[in-house]
Amino acid sequence: MTTPAQPADSAVWTRKHLLGLEELSAEEILAILDTAESFAEVSTRSRKKVPALQGRIVFNLFFENSTRTRTSFSLAAKRLSADTQDFSASTSSLSKGESFIDTARNIEAMGADVLVVRHPTPGTPHLLAQHVGCSIINAGDGAHEHPTQALLDLMTIRRAKGRIEGLTVGLLGDISHSRVARSNIHALTKLGARVILCGPPTLVPRGWERFGCEVAYSLDEILPRCDVVNVLRIQFERQQRGLFPSVAEYSQFYMMTQERVRLGKPDLLLLAPGPINRGVELTPEVADGLHSAILDQVTNGLAVRMAVLYLLSGRVEPGPRDGRDGRSRQ
Amino acid sequence: MSHGPIHRPPGRENPPLPTIQISGGRIIDPSQGLDGPGDLWISRGRILPSGGAPEEAEIVIDATGLIVCPGLIDIHVHLREPGNEEDETIATGAAAALAGGVTSVACMPNTIPAIDTQAAAEFVVLQAQRAKQANVFPVGAVSKGRQGAELAELGQLVDGGAVAFTDDGAPVASADLMRRALQYATMFDRVIMQHCQVPELTVGGVMNEGIESMRLGLGGMPAAAEDIMVARDIRLAEITGGRLHIQHISTARSVELVREGKRRGVRVTAEACPHHFALTDERLRTFDSNYKMNPPLRTWSDVEAVIGGLKDGTIEFIATDHAPHAREKKMREIDLAPFGIVGLETLVPITSLCLIEPGHLTWSDAIAKMSCNPAVLLGLTDKGTLRAGADADVTLIDPHTRWTIDPAQFRSKSRNTPFGGWEVNARAHTVIVGGEVRYTRGGIVRQAGAAVPA
Repeated sequence: MTTPAQPADSAVWTRKHLLGLEELSAEEILAILDTAESFAEVSTRSRKKVPALQGRIVFNLFFENSTRTRTSFSLAAKRLSADTQDFSASTSSLSKGESFIDTARNIEAMGADVLVVRHPTPGTPHLLAQHVGCSIINAGDGAHEHPTQALLDLMTIRRAKGRIEGLTVGLLGDISHSRVARSNIHALTKLGARVILCGPPTLVPRGWERFGCEVAYSLDEILPRCDVVNVLRIQFERQQRGLFPSVAEYSQFYMMTQERVRLGKPDLLLLAPGPINRGVELTPEVADGLHSAILDQVTNGLAVRMAVLYLLSGRVEPGPRDGRDGRSRQ
Repeated sequence: MSHGPIHRPPGRENPPLPTIQISGGRIIDPSQGLDGPGDLWISRGRILPSGGAPEEAEIVIDATGLIVCPGLIDIHVHLREPGNEEDETIATGAAAALAGGVTSVACMPNTIPAIDTQAAAEFVVLQAQRAKQANVFPVGAVSKGRQGAELAELGQLVDGGAVAFTDDGAPVASADLMRRALQYATMFDRVIMQHCQVPELTVGGVMNEGIESMRLGLGGMPAAAEDIMVARDIRLAEITGGRLHIQHISTARSVELVREGKRRGVRVTAEACPHHFALTDERLRTFDSNYKMNPPLRTWSDVEAVIGGLKDGTIEFIATDHAPHAREKKMREIDLAPFGIVGLETLVPITSLCLIEPGHLTWSDAIAKMSCNPAVLLGLTDKGTLRAGADADVTLIDPHTRWTIDPAQFRSKSRNTPFGGWEVNARAHTVIVGGEVRYTRGGIVRQAGAAVPA
């Protein structure tokens, strides 16, 4: 395994925003992963800080609940010596009727350099990118994309297996509503992995075959071929809408149990974006077992987010922005 | 056919209307099979017989290089008044119509309150008269409050001026109510206009359901949600003998169903909107809510089927579904933004760009669908035609003027269009309503004795 110790050549990365993985090239994705490797090394030192983002302000603009991702981004920013600030929709002026664009503009006027945005509606970070001058990082826009999650998934796979190309990766669960699935599909296919989407027909659209994925409804049949299985979280509100009849039936066919793990390869790697529902998507033994890389994912998430913040901040001049610089407004 | 009493403000006599000569233009009147050079004379608000040119005209219009046709009639327009005057008013919408070359609009009843009573219909008519822009004909609600439960007082709506009935922006979802409505409306010989959408199949839908919605993670509205109701209502029209009009047809299967229904002799008609023959759901990759409308933008094969339906006469109407929304309402997260775009001021250029210039329709075909056929559908016997004695509602179109669509210049209160920045080639130039020049881009209208055009 060759992992360069230096951050990627900035000539590869020229984007101001990270809105999704669908539009990135394989080279750009590798640039982030390689940069993340160098930051993974930082975390093993006793002094965990690097001055790269000193003087910059990173704002978490979360219109949807999250503790894990928000904390991960905050820690990543702090390790780069940036200042961080959180903004949560529930306690904010949004409840007084302020639009999300006005909210972002206000935060920009306070001096934010980078906005990390999570929102329940697809495309919201894209709209913000048109209306503010900050760099925007998409931390999850509805069911559309969650780029840093897929990047940390890929980093975890690459560290465990030494490569992405040629691996068979199963994405398991509610594909149709999953931003983690979409981002993983784009990144994995660009880097040459074979992707199998597995779940009930009501949650796994056949249309993804046009993107080079395999669609399967039987987990037991595909497990022997998988090098990696990424177990997506089931959202119970989907069950209330009748997309599958009961959690019990879902678990019978799609929960990762010890028996199912034994159906797979001896070095099967198990991933899951948090938080996991023990006893629904995977059993406690599997979650805590030898094949599980769930905690590695969390550690790698920090390195990936440091890498993204580092690469994006190279594109932005520091200092307050007051909207008078002639940026195009809709 | 009665359109209800029209009240003039007491004590105000209108000045006599001038005699107008429109000379040197290309007269296209599908109702008379005309397409060729000629002069048109207007006096006292009516078209004069050709060759019966009397005195000197008081107003002369130089129509060299222009098309002269019956005033365009848009049978699907939302004017937002009463209730949402921040989006549009009857006056601003009627003014926007003129800028688009439209002399009459049929406006939808989904106002607040709905147009489900005679008083509400008369209010619309009165507001339009006060505005003195385009003519406005209200379309009354099918059901009380548009709630889809009980039939509205259709007869009283007719007395108030209603020219048709619809619950648009919503479908009449109940098959039983739709059947009753189709039956009952035959008493007034008026059409039921239906927005075909099975509500349960489109919960949470923001765009067409397909590869694009799958890739973007946005809720989808399947084509079947439209064509299932189209099939149902064609059958109901068949068994009742009622008149069914399918609004904003958007799917290939819907077009095929209307074609089959017509072959069987069912009294079904259909309209198409310019965005459904100009755009596809791929546009939603920008997440721009100016591409969010209902029915949604569909796929290329649906667009081709709509164009095919326009060419072979399955679709006999082009209407805009003009749906103005104030700027802050559209500049929202895409699932919260309301559906719809304005359309009155882009009707002519987009129809020309996507249907006439590529050779799918001639100007005569298009004008039939934008004027003559609408007049027949709504029973406006003196409109949609340039025959002698008809109302002098006339539109002059410049078919060869390159311009760029600029929403900031719209006369509508709202700017929500996906066509901003499009380079187009045709434009309404001058519009005459009831024998009065009510809109002109200038340079061709001359008072008698004056040297310089007004």
